[in-house]
Amino acid sequence: MMALVEIENLTKKFHDLTAVNNISFAVERGEVLGFLGPNGAGKSTSMKMITGFLAPDSGTVVVGGDDVIDNPVSAKYRIGYLPEGAPLYSDMTPLQLLQFVGNVRGVTNLDERIREVVDKINLESVMEQSIGTLSKGFKRRVGIAQAILHDPEVLVLDEPTDGLDPNQKHEVRTLINAMAQDKAIILSTHILEEVDAVCTRAIIIARGEIVADGSPVDLERRSPRHNAVVLVVRGAPQAQVTDSLNGLDMSGSLQSREVDGGLTEYTIFPVDGKSIVADVGRLVRERGWAVERLEVDRGGLDEVFRAITSPTN
Amino acid sequence: MAKVWAICKRELAGYFSTPIAYVFIIIFLFLSGIFAFYLGDFFGRGQADLVTFFSFHPWLYLFLIPALTMRLWAEERRGGTIELLLTLPITMTEAVIGKFLATWIFTGITLALTFPMWLTVNYLGEPDNGVIVASYIGSFLMAGAFIAIGSCISALTRNQVIAFVISLVVCLVFVLSGFPLVLDFFAGWTPEVIVQAISSFSFLTHFDGISKGVIDLRDIVYFLTLIAFWLYANAILIELKKADL
Repeated sequence: MMALVEIENLTKKFHDLTAVNNISFAVERGEVLGFLGPNGAGKSTSMKMITGFLAPDSGTVVVGGDDVIDNPVSAKYRIGYLPEGAPLYSDMTPLQLLQFVGNVRGVTNLDERIREVVDKINLESVMEQSIGTLSKGFKRRVGIAQAILHDPEVLVLDEPTDGLDPNQKHEVRTLINAMAQDKAIILSTHILEEVDAVCTRAIIIARGEIVADGSPVDLERRSPRHNAVVLVVRGAPQAQVTDSLNGLDMSGSLQSREVDGGLTEYTIFPVDGKSIVADVGRLVRERGWAVERLEVDRGGLDEVFRAITSPTN
Repeated sequence: MAKVWAICKRELAGYFSTPIAYVFIIIFLFLSGIFAFYLGDFFGRGQADLVTFFSFHPWLYLFLIPALTMRLWAEERRGGTIELLLTLPITMTEAVIGKFLATWIFTGITLALTFPMWLTVNYLGEPDNGVIVASYIGSFLMAGAFIAIGSCISALTRNQVIAFVISLVVCLVFVLSGFPLVLDFFAGWTPEVIVQAISSFSFLTHFDGISKGVIDLRDIVYFLTLIAFWLYANAILIELKKADL
């Protein structure tokens, strides 16, 4: 069984610059794939090739069995696309735009379908205003509305929450989660919390190549802080605590610092990111330390992101 | 076909959603009237025909049609909407033809609005209405050729002013190549065949034929071929240039 979206050895050069270099991946139905990477890493170029806007120099994109290059029209029927920056015809109203897109896509029961989508995305209030006069948030939502109008199997969203306020961001993420089940969704972002919030899988791309591919948790695991335990103890002598903690099997390195009021904070980094909180907890009970705070660090995606995408790496 | 019509309808509505449509129609009607009555000495000639009216059409189109076509693709590229348009399930041919048809229909509407000229000349005398119908057909076909050139050149750039100027120059070449001044320039030193060839590329040569009331298949084929050629070039240009921002 083929995945809904299959991308193989995709390459695109602009003059001397290799924007996308031989990337391959597949997206299954039900997956929400986050496309991460610094600006200029090749995210948008990849999306433009997946949606059939740009022809790749080499490689193939197959969507639902249709090759985007050999069979572009059938493939494009299956895809809903929000291009970067949500470009829209500013002299049209959202209603006119949705009618236009619906007519071209041959959507049946168009009026009903427009009502559904408008309802879902809260666009009623601006349907008769020209798009040029709308706020950035509304423009983005109109862009999303036209992408999901024909209920596509594959949704490609280039920075869907860019320029939205926190409430709108939350709405869009809720919407994506609600649609995720029966679609393959590819979205690009450079907001890392978004990956945690909506993605089942993340691909990090840098300088045109895939540098990491896994679930958000997998990626977090790459952080040196993953599963590190932060322990704040009152009173107990620092040397004694340090010795005990170092005595743990799994603990790799240890940092400690004084916090005000006789508190000391210890950060215990595990070996290979293994979970050590149980061991630390046991030690705390055995020694009877007065613990003010005990928490496990999941490791920030942004750290991982920086570590694997920075040019010095 | 439904897709071509959807694109055409959007584009046509685009003309009317801005003042472009009204400005264009008014200026066209005004200038075509002025030219026919004053420069063409409509009354002084004492002839019941629209020869003077139609004879200025190539010159009106020369300036006005690039103004209509300059936005067709340049605006899509500047606003990034070309990405929206070309990721819809349409072929490039459908997109190009849809846009072309919109402008052609719009020009057709403008041309139809010159009907008071026809009424006037019928009121004043007994013109050969067959010739007038032929002239309208010829003028419409010629407008199509101007539009195809303008549309193609609009795909070259994101800047509408550049699209306007280049379209005007290219159209000028097609108009002037039948002009005695230009033909005389070549006649002195090039073989007759080439002079003939240059002349046969001119809008004027073919339009004059039709506007005399002789609908020659060759003239029609000439305009339709020209339209097809420029639209084909248009599609190829977009394919090549769409990646450049």
